[in-house]
Amino acid sequence: MRFFEYESRVVTAKVGIPVTRHGLAKTADEARRIAEQIGGPVVIKSQVLSGGRMKAGGVKFADTPDEAARHADQILDLEIGGHMPRGVLVDDRAPLRREYYAGVVWDGIRKLPVMLFSDMGGIDIEEVAQTHPDRVVRVHFSTLRPVSDWQAKQLITSLGISGSALNRLTPIVARLARLFLAYDMTLAEINPLGELQDGSFVALDAHMEMENEARRRQHALLHELGVGDEETRLAREPTAFELAGEQVDAQDHRGVAGNVTEFDGDLGLVIGAGGGSLTLFDAVRAHGGRPANYCEIGGNPSVRKACGLAKLVLEKPGVDKIAVMMSIVSNTRVDIVARGVIKACLELGYDPAEKIAIFRIPGAWEDEGFKILRRYGVQYADRTVSLHEAARRAVESIGQGPMRSSEAATADGAAA
Amino acid sequence: MSILIDEHTTFIVQGITGREAVNLVRECLDYGKGARIVAGVTPGRRGRDVHGVQVFDTVAQAIEHQGAQIDGSVVTVPPAFTKDAVFEALENGIRLVVIVTERIPRGDVAQMVELASERGARIIGPNCLGIIVPDVVKMGGIGGPARDAARSYTPGPVGVISRSGGMTTEMSSTLTAAGLGQSTAVSIGGDAIIGSTYAELMPLFEADPATDAIVIYTEPGGRMEAELARRVLETDSRLPIVAFMAGRFMDEMPGMSFGHAGTIVEGKEDTASEKVARLGEAGIVVAEEISEIPSLVQDRMASGTAV
Repeated sequence: MRFFEYESRVVTAKVGIPVTRHGLAKTADEARRIAEQIGGPVVIKSQVLSGGRMKAGGVKFADTPDEAARHADQILDLEIGGHMPRGVLVDDRAPLRREYYAGVVWDGIRKLPVMLFSDMGGIDIEEVAQTHPDRVVRVHFSTLRPVSDWQAKQLITSLGISGSALNRLTPIVARLARLFLAYDMTLAEINPLGELQDGSFVALDAHMEMENEARRRQHALLHELGVGDEETRLAREPTAFELAGEQVDAQDHRGVAGNVTEFDGDLGLVIGAGGGSLTLFDAVRAHGGRPANYCEIGGNPSVRKACGLAKLVLEKPGVDKIAVMMSIVSNTRVDIVARGVIKACLELGYDPAEKIAIFRIPGAWEDEGFKILRRYGVQYADRTVSLHEAARRAVESIGQGPMRSSEAATADGAAA
Repeated sequence: MSILIDEHTTFIVQGITGREAVNLVRECLDYGKGARIVAGVTPGRRGRDVHGVQVFDTVAQAIEHQGAQIDGSVVTVPPAFTKDAVFEALENGIRLVVIVTERIPRGDVAQMVELASERGARIIGPNCLGIIVPDVVKMGGIGGPARDAARSYTPGPVGVISRSGGMTTEMSSTLTAAGLGQSTAVSIGGDAIIGSTYAELMPLFEADPATDAIVIYTEPGGRMEAELARRVLETDSRLPIVAFMAGRFMDEMPGMSFGHAGTIVEGKEDTASEKVARLGEAGIVVAEEISEIPSLVQDRMASGTAV
């Protein structure tokens, strides 16, 4: 989950890393007032969860409060990367002597967090790592033992830094590393970490991301920042369809029937589980199909949940049919999903044989499931029909009307 | 032969009285030669039994009851308690921990993995279904009830490693249908940080005389496929590898999470296309469809050259 810059700024200051004087403005007037309080040149920065703010015109400099208000007015109306800003950050424009970079990320291969530090701050660190690899230094650190200042010190000195700069940078980098672990971040970076004319350091911009799985135990911090439980903070805002999918999944705690993502095709997907859904979505597209959605079923959801998900997809405008497909199930029961999707069709006044392009879920309780499907004339397939073949059949059936019952009846035989 | 476990492996189930755990115990006891589940642990439930397996409050009590060191543990407790349960297992000398639980924050996983490494233990998972040695033993929910698992898995020469539990079974079933059995299949878990990656399991499969080829299921997100490709290029593995890559569509949707917690395109190197390229450079063939896997494996085994 990504944080806005103004939120990251709060977290940074909370652990004792110095920040510039700043304020969040939601109107031009507020921006003027904050600029007056700061009293000097300021930077106006759009608060969006998107990179490339500078290029998009979302960062501007102002010498007077009036100019700050004018810029704020403009930026507040400026869409960047498909997002409207939450507000603008009005920030003291401190004259810098030098810009550094400090960051912490996970290394999934070493399975440890890693501190990164560079004396070429202010630009994208990945770019620096490519063009000047000797100017980015890194060190892994333990998650079991407390982060000690010497680890940060040793890292910083490896760039040849000494004197008071070293002694001032060390606690900042160490605090960033502690913050990273304490708040379950997946990314915590300060860029630029600015050295002011007087030799002190301030975090001028901070970027932080928290692990979704940790949101519950980080509730106190999120509450303090005013981040609501409903904010997903993904690359784009959830659509109404996706939110409805979450409601279906939240009906009861049994299994999963959700994780819905909206697309604009005509083939509705009721698919699972995690890896199966990824495989099937690819397979549908590989055969020229146009999925109306992505979703996941797993962990043996209730009939009600499977029904709710199928209904949601069936009612989506533009959906012709649904394909109900999963990799071989061992926990989820085939008969329960079959009952759920048939119920969805019937409750919406559809003929299941017409609306279900194919049902391909082999595994636990499949005999019971296939029996139900036969009763309603639904085309189904067992494990001898591959995921890709099932997807192909689903794509082919779009726009073709119902399967004849004779074909449906032979599906079992054809599969054998 | 097999890797990680065999018919003699003793293990406990932590969180044994949970609904899913009770099923898991039944499945493992019934499968193959019958798993040696020597005890279960749920704090406060000492004295109960689950399908004849005695329940204790602590791992230490379980070991005392056994009168000997226990080899492994399947951990299936809620995410907030998993780290403590795994620490308890590791500090009581257990050397193989299969973590079923999903939605554990990465910081906790890193701590568990770091402690395991210090104790010379191995973690499989989290967010995984465990390990199966066809017709012999399974440790975890992999393959489901014994009868279902027996339909999908048969003994043979292919080692299977998969980031998806369900796809472990789908791929193995496809291999089985083509007459290719499996030596051991490992569901390694779908999280960003996991106890054992492909590259870390390769030496075990290489040392296993029953294994002649490897099949892996891969996804976007993370760098463990690149790690495997690098290992294959740097070491002289005797085992040919056939890979399947799911989630190719995700390359068009950076920053969106699909499938598993670890499956998200965050940079340039963790996309499906980049991974396919890396695997290809290392001579690892990437199947377009699951159904192609058996013939690709047969070709590679017949040609007798590793990768």
